[in-house]
Amino acid sequence: MIPLSWYMTLSVLLFSIGVYGFLVRRNIIILFLCIELMLNAVNLNLVAMGHYLDSLDGHVLTLFVITVAAAEAAIGLGLVIVLFRNRRSVHVDTINELKG
Amino acid sequence: MFAKFIFIYCALLILGSGVAAVQLRNPVHSVLSVLVLFFHMAILYLLLNAEFLAAIQIIVYGGGVLVLYLFVIFLVSLRTEIKINRFVTNQLPAAVLAFLLCVILLAVLPAFQLGTKGNYTADHLSELTHTRAMGLEMFSNHLLSFEIAGVILLVAVIGGLVLARREKKSDQPEEPLTPSSHCEVEK
Repeated sequence: MIPLSWYMTLSVLLFSIGVYGFLVRRNIIILFLCIELMLNAVNLNLVAMGHYLDSLDGHVLTLFVITVAAAEAAIGLGLVIVLFRNRRSVHVDTINELKG
Repeated sequence: MFAKFIFIYCALLILGSGVAAVQLRNPVHSVLSVLVLFFHMAILYLLLNAEFLAAIQIIVYGGGVLVLYLFVIFLVSLRTEIKINRFVTNQLPAAVLAFLLCVILLAVLPAFQLGTKGNYTADHLSELTHTRAMGLEMFSNHLLSFEIAGVILLVAVIGGLVLARREKKSDQPEEPLTPSSHCEVEK
């Protein structure tokens, strides 16, 4: 039997990798990919806790998170396409028109 | 014991492909390493007796979301992306922040205690099968969140259509996109 703390440790590490990638990369598409990594870390935590608590609430919530992630990918990538059409660039540090 | 080996293998591959997704230069390679990550996440779900979620993970994430990412990466300019710097100029605060977050979360982990147990024990689940149990749970106790998920998907469909639509100029007719003009746009 695998201890619950192993799953939670893996989840923490994966979440931190996602946070690091989100803060470091320039390409917006990779930023969305890092958000997916973080959501997957949360999903793993929810499913593991649902399993160890003999409850299905975490599993249902995971399904909900997957739905939100799919919707977020659709809307976010639509925004990226519009951005590329207008600015010819998808890098976060080139989008600085509001900077003083 | 065998399950522990599978867990360690999956954990190492998940962390490795996560780091690769963050570090790799070519966005297509990043997406493909995230695909590897999703497959191993599905194996972990199978280890946790959540076979319906493992299938959903592969179908929705591997089959749907990542294909969408690949399409968008090919739509935006991939050529320049490979040549230019892929990181922001000041990486140190990001590394410190992520490392501190990791350390703090790992430090508070041992304080976690399991709450009261539900009534879906492993025997009960294997008797019901996971898909049936999820259906029963979702359409009885979590009906509202299911409906909200439907509304969110509707919003995503409408939002995607509105965003991706090309605004037409009313006075000049839009000329068809020939291969040569498309190449000019690429440059």
